[in-house]
Amino acid sequence: MSIATRPPASAMTVATRTKLFNRICAGVLIAFALLWLVPLLWAVDTALKPNAETVNTTWAINDPTVAAFGRILRDTDIVQWFGASIFISTLTAVGTVLLASLAAFALSRIKFRYSNVVFWFVLAGIMIPSQVLIVPQFREMDSLGLLNTFWAVSLPQIPTAVAVFIFKQFFDGLPRELEEVARMDGAGWLRIYRRIIMPLARPAVSAVAIFAFVTSWNDLLWPLLVLSNPDTMTIPVGLATVQGTFGIRYADTMASAILGAIPLVAVFLLFQRNIVEGIAGSGLKG
Amino acid sequence: MTTTETAVRTPSAEEPVAEKKRGYGLPAAGFLAPFLLVYLLFIIGPGLYGLLMSFFDTSLVKPGLSSFAGLGNYTEALQSGDFWSSLWHTLWFTILTTPPLIVLALALALLADRVKHGRWFFRLAFFAPYILPSAVVALIWMFLYTPGLGLIEVSLGKIGITAPNWLGDPSWAMPSLAITTLWWTLGFNFVLYLAGLQEIPRDLYEASAIDGASPWQQIRSITLPLLGRTTTLVCVLQVIASLKVFDQMYIMTSGGPDFATRSILQYVYDSGFTNFRIGYASAVSMLFFLVVLAVSAVWFTIVRRQEKGV
Repeated sequence: MSIATRPPASAMTVATRTKLFNRICAGVLIAFALLWLVPLLWAVDTALKPNAETVNTTWAINDPTVAAFGRILRDTDIVQWFGASIFISTLTAVGTVLLASLAAFALSRIKFRYSNVVFWFVLAGIMIPSQVLIVPQFREMDSLGLLNTFWAVSLPQIPTAVAVFIFKQFFDGLPRELEEVARMDGAGWLRIYRRIIMPLARPAVSAVAIFAFVTSWNDLLWPLLVLSNPDTMTIPVGLATVQGTFGIRYADTMASAILGAIPLVAVFLLFQRNIVEGIAGSGLKG
Repeated sequence: MTTTETAVRTPSAEEPVAEKKRGYGLPAAGFLAPFLLVYLLFIIGPGLYGLLMSFFDTSLVKPGLSSFAGLGNYTEALQSGDFWSSLWHTLWFTILTTPPLIVLALALALLADRVKHGRWFFRLAFFAPYILPSAVVALIWMFLYTPGLGLIEVSLGKIGITAPNWLGDPSWAMPSLAITTLWWTLGFNFVLYLAGLQEIPRDLYEASAIDGASPWQQIRSITLPLLGRTTTLVCVLQVIASLKVFDQMYIMTSGGPDFATRSILQYVYDSGFTNFRIGYASAVSMLFFLVVLAVSAVWFTIVRRQEKGV
């Protein structure tokens, strides 16, 4: 249609113009990306300086050293914090995946009365920000004698309505014939869940597990309230608590920040694709 | 394998009609029980208890609910200058963070969508900060903002700009926290927009390019309208996330200077865990919950309208 009427020369100019435009786009984008990396690079740069050198605000390091990392590992409880964070986040991720997938399996694959009511009841949980519940939850943990335990941190993080929603959406997309055949062969529901549905749900499992892990790892307010012993603190609580004591030892401060960041950077590099697709998928559907 | 089996079996799969009609209440309950139990115990239960406490003068250091206060906690909060100022700080933070976090994320995603190579690099650069714990972000930015030797002040000084005392000046503290938050969470919106852009069919662009549309015209008449749903989603997620701000203030300014950055959640924290007035803190939590619900309700209405329109 329009191709026929348009002279080829003009199409060329449009093409070159588009090319130029794309070049400019790339340039602006690269500038922003570099700007975004500066704080991280500056933290690494500072951590590799001796404390005395950090007052000179330059990128150059006269006397590079990793001594700051050694001091943080030796003088703070950061190793215990790692242990606490890994335990709590793993417990939360496993618990979230297990409980949410079981519930979503019932809501998606098993026919029962009032399944809609149950679904809406669970969905209502999405509306409640966890921060609204900190006061009564604290009282609850206190009366259960769970303060300063990892259970106090993890238990309220496990029932995640969004996770049920993500699993249900995924299960709904799997063909019904799969388990109808298995039921004909006499397989029970639990067997269908374990042997047929869950193996197919790997993408949903990894998305939910990674999110539960990262969210739990990064949470500050709730663990800050329930963990007050220095040796049971999580990484964020520990860092937030000791940051005032570093004073002007900026290399040490940055070393502690980098050590606190390393596990998550590792998780991110390993699961970059799952994380990004998880956000995109759940976000657009939610 | 499964497909052939399915084809053979399908007729017999219709057999247990009676069983299907009755449903499988018992196995369903078994699957739901673990989640519902934990959900009731640690979400719904505390939610109701919090609502109950908000009508009592409950104290953190005394057992039980203590004396009935009626609406006393609510009227006290609504008449308290500290409540309104911390609510205003939270809204101010939301106003400062939401527009740049949406506009910049959209702009960068539009740019990244046109670039064919090295997308992983941009995703890494913008998204990596998002997965860091708030404490790590706070430590890095407090150092960047340090008066006298912080990288930002020194860099600005080199191009002849005198930097303010970022976190120390009451009128600059909140914008400084907003800048930190922009850096920290931009990647989330960026990724949502990139995903939204990928849903737009490529042939729309090709067709309009053949018709001689410039890239800018394409963005205005194809991309932005088709991103409407994504934008609504990004907006509401962003507003709710900003309203829930606590960490940055708690670590970087402790709500100061002079309470200039105390957020509503920190007010809950202070009332409940510093002053031990958990009944009052529960009432403030409920008021905060109402604000979040109102935002969600507005979003719901907009989505409904959009779906009807399309």
